Amino acid sequence: MEFAYYPGCSLEHTSKPYDQSVREVFKALGITLREIEDWNCCGATMYMSISKTVAYAVAARNLAIAQHMGCDICAPCNSCYTILRKANRYISWDPKVRDKIFSALKAANLTYDKQVDIRHPLDILVNDVGLDTLERRAKSYFDGLKVAPYYGCQIVRPVKHFDELDDPMTMDHLLSALGADVVPFADKVRCCGGMLMTTYEEIALDLNNELLLNAEESGAEVIATACPLCQMNLEGYQAKINEKYQTKHEMPIVYFTQLLGLALDIEASKLGMDTLVVRPKDLKLKSKDKKVAA
Amino acid sequence: MPKTLEPIKTKREAELREAFLKEVIGMPHGEKIKNCIQCGTCTGTCPVSRWMDITPRQVVALFRAGMIEEILHSRTIWICASCYACRVRCPSGIKVTETLYALKRLAIDKKIFPKRFPVHVLSEAFVSNLYKYGRNFELGLGIRYLLATNPMRLMSSAGFGLSMMKRGRLATRPTKIKKVHEVRAIIARAKELEGI
Repeated sequence: MEFAYYPGCSLEHTSKPYDQSVREVFKALGITLREIEDWNCCGATMYMSISKTVAYAVAARNLAIAQHMGCDICAPCNSCYTILRKANRYISWDPKVRDKIFSALKAANLTYDKQVDIRHPLDILVNDVGLDTLERRAKSYFDGLKVAPYYGCQIVRPVKHFDELDDPMTMDHLLSALGADVVPFADKVRCCGGMLMTTYEEIALDLNNELLLNAEESGAEVIATACPLCQMNLEGYQAKINEKYQTKHEMPIVYFTQLLGLALDIEASKLGMDTLVVRPKDLKLKSKDKKVAA
Repeated sequence: MPKTLEPIKTKREAELREAFLKEVIGMPHGEKIKNCIQCGTCTGTCPVSRWMDITPRQVVALFRAGMIEEILHSRTIWICASCYACRVRCPSGIKVTETLYALKRLAIDKKIFPKRFPVHVLSEAFVSNLYKYGRNFELGLGIRYLLATNPMRLMSSAGFGLSMMKRGRLATRPTKIKKVHEVRAIIARAKELEGI
């Protein structure tokens, strides 16, 4: 199995632990990730507010480069994932938009005539690798660790792809297979506010405080995420939330790939566990060997 | 709707209306906006509607009433975080999120913004980073935005920045891609095609 890897800007820095853990987990499972050479920013939601054509054309440069690599794209950031898929969709839906995008690409001597698919690592791990394989390959398990699966919004919306719009279960199943006790988390696809943390901080702090309160109420000891923006808002701003609302949140926010990596017995530092702001105290990680021996 | 029933509009309103409709009706399934039944599912589903001065349902109502300029002056379109919850719940299949994006583009194009809420500054700063480096530069973007909007927040955000930096999660310098000229050529050509 081989994918053209599109890390996206967040994974270079603020979400480095996500990048590290995706690469390590894929390597351990024998899946090749070839980074798209000289990839550029997908434009995120920002360019969409200025010009649709420019937004899609900028995103499409990455698609054009990936096409010549001859494999589908793996994009871990929910926002990049949505934008790249959206550009792809408009290219096949709307001939007017397509012609403009192709013409813009031509200005850089690029062509994009054979569509590549854009996949999320959660989709690849559960649907291509499979839960059975993951369970078999895991050397350790999370002995009843209570985890709230937080998918975020753009991984399942606006168009149904690999999981349900309202109640996705892929991450639930993955975490269960690793021995975790997945708690029912009603906010699993509720928006964290994304860039609102910069533009309207008071709104985003409120949204994230609610997410943390609801996760705590459901009994979670840790929240697992699949998106850099969700992770950053929930983790990086937890201290500010505590200060503003007089709360005592101390909720570790980890990437689902970090948990999977730990279960595969990959060293914690290689998964970026040491660069988390809220470090988990006890993930109840136990070796399967001991379980057999006992 | 028969023409005689349309509300009386100023020339400016008519002009904005035409630009908006061209954008919205032009996209696939865009014409479904005509089917809005004003049920309010979009507002009910929206996680941030309680902070909006005009709710998503009211956006459609005001448009129908010929008050598009009021919409453009509202904070609503800039508060939308584009989570697409409304889009998947709308019983009439209206692309609500895309409609709000179209309004954002119209607002930027016509330079109509809510008072004291210069959110568009972030879009513009982001876009300028992309043009310069080919990638986003988080620290530069944050500082530039706060300087332009609320310099006091630079102080209250310093703790967060330092904690990220200490963990190697915030770059102090931008990453520039090798073929940034390609990105610039694409942007230039796309803008030319859009007439902007």
